Amino acid sequence: MSRYFIDRASRYVVFIFGVIALLILAAIAIFILKDSLPAFREIGISDIIFGTKWYPSRGAFGILTMLAGSVLVTLLALLMAVPLALGCAIFLAEVAPPRIRRLTRPAVELLVGIPSVVYGLVGMIVLCPLIANLSGTGSGSSVLVAAIVLAIMILPTVTSISEDSMRAVPNQYREGALALGATHWQTIHHVILPAARNGIMASIVLGTGRAIGETMAVIMVIGNSPIFPTNIFAPARTLTGNIAVEIMSATGIHQSALFATGVVLFILIMLINSLALIAYRKKT
Amino acid sequence: MMKLPPKLTQRIAWVSIWATGIIAILTLVFIVGYTFIKGFPAINFEFLFTSPKGGVSGEGGIFSCIVATMWLIVITMAILIPLGIGAAIYLSEYAPDNRLTRLISYSLELLAGVPSIVFGLFGFAIFVLALHFNYSIVAGALTLVCLLLPFLIRTAEEAIRAVPQSQREAALALGTTKWQTTANVVLPAAIPGITTGIILCVGRAVAESACLYVTMGGSAAMPTSFLSGGRALAVHIFYLAMETTALDKALATGAILIALILIINLSTVWLSQRFYAKMQGIR
Repeated sequence: MSRYFIDRASRYVVFIFGVIALLILAAIAIFILKDSLPAFREIGISDIIFGTKWYPSRGAFGILTMLAGSVLVTLLALLMAVPLALGCAIFLAEVAPPRIRRLTRPAVELLVGIPSVVYGLVGMIVLCPLIANLSGTGSGSSVLVAAIVLAIMILPTVTSISEDSMRAVPNQYREGALALGATHWQTIHHVILPAARNGIMASIVLGTGRAIGETMAVIMVIGNSPIFPTNIFAPARTLTGNIAVEIMSATGIHQSALFATGVVLFILIMLINSLALIAYRKKT
Repeated sequence: MMKLPPKLTQRIAWVSIWATGIIAILTLVFIVGYTFIKGFPAINFEFLFTSPKGGVSGEGGIFSCIVATMWLIVITMAILIPLGIGAAIYLSEYAPDNRLTRLISYSLELLAGVPSIVFGLFGFAIFVLALHFNYSIVAGALTLVCLLLPFLIRTAEEAIRAVPQSQREAALALGTTKWQTTANVVLPAAIPGITTGIILCVGRAVAESACLYVTMGGSAAMPTSFLSGGRALAVHIFYLAMETTALDKALATGAILIALILIINLSTVWLSQRFYAKMQGIR
């Protein structure tokens, strides 16, 4: 076979691979949208998004409860994880002795890779009994435990990306600030952190996405009752949990409503990403 | 508000930074340490080589889960690797800078942030229901391919783009065709980066649970073909924790998974060092 023929053939082959990748992506959007349409049409978009009652057997498919569950759990997790992760990133990038740094890099990478079910499992065994004792009721499965588990889970992700962006700040910045008589903390606070802002933002957005999208670890510790989360010591349910817990036994409109849950989850994540993008553009 | 003297803020900041650093590290050490210490005593020959027997007490081991996980990884990688590398070659070497190309890269970026359960939902709709694979290893593997494809394409693309332009030009100047250059010059130079990406995909596949939970079913029986259901190790942890009292076995499975991830990570480090040494040797 002539090498020119092979050259021309390979051009088409790799093009087809590129198109297949695109088709898969399009198929994902089309299938999920298509399967959610019956629910949106029969129940109505606003009844699904703003309905607070989820009783599949009685035809009530409001997911506001789960939406609130997802948002609350994620916000709480961020509240715990972000300060800790930023402190940890500053520690690793600016303060820690080189020997500790050399150890933490692979350790953080390992922690990012640990299956989320393991985080959920340890949370379930260690934290749930603790919270049950504290609140005195139930099994301890609660919004609080889910938030703590998620915070621990996203900690390595947020830390490592923030650390990278602080490391990427040129050394002259540090030297310039120190030469002006600033203390090390003043240098970090007024020079390093502003310079690394974009990377830190990106790490937080990524952490938010992971927290809102996590499924199994949250199911294991949140109790999964579709009740509106008013008490952080009480069980709740998230959007992801709603899908995973019910999809295998659902049929008809119920199944379609779960696909609608997926659409709402997808839109929520897109919203967070684009908000972050807008904030990012405004500041730069 | 009173302004604190710089020396004092420096001291306060230092104490809090050390404290957060130590708290974070201790928390994470605790998770791994707890899983290993509580999990390892339950690992023995019988645990590894018998299948789960079911029931509330969680009798049996994890053999069928190991087999299902291995099949899952093999099928996933067999489809993912050619597709991912092919698409990456197209995007980095062949694609013209037009609307289609930008659409592909944009949607890849978009998909990288989509949660696993949404991929699971898609896999459930298309592979389990529409294509009648039912709950099966194939359905799980195809779903995993969709989940990992954006990541692999992007890593492979980066590795290919990192090959210096001068090497391509040198090859083309010798009269090779574009494909000969790509296959014999660019790809060999990009192999370390691509291999690292592939190994990381294996790691993510091993750790994945949500999208497999809804596409592979929960059957703990030994898989007999690609079309039979199965239970991946990570999903098995979930079932043990939720449906049985055998939490020690769940922790043992978790310890095995962490050890696997550790081996996978170390092999990427080893690989990149080896290739680095090799490149140094060439010079």
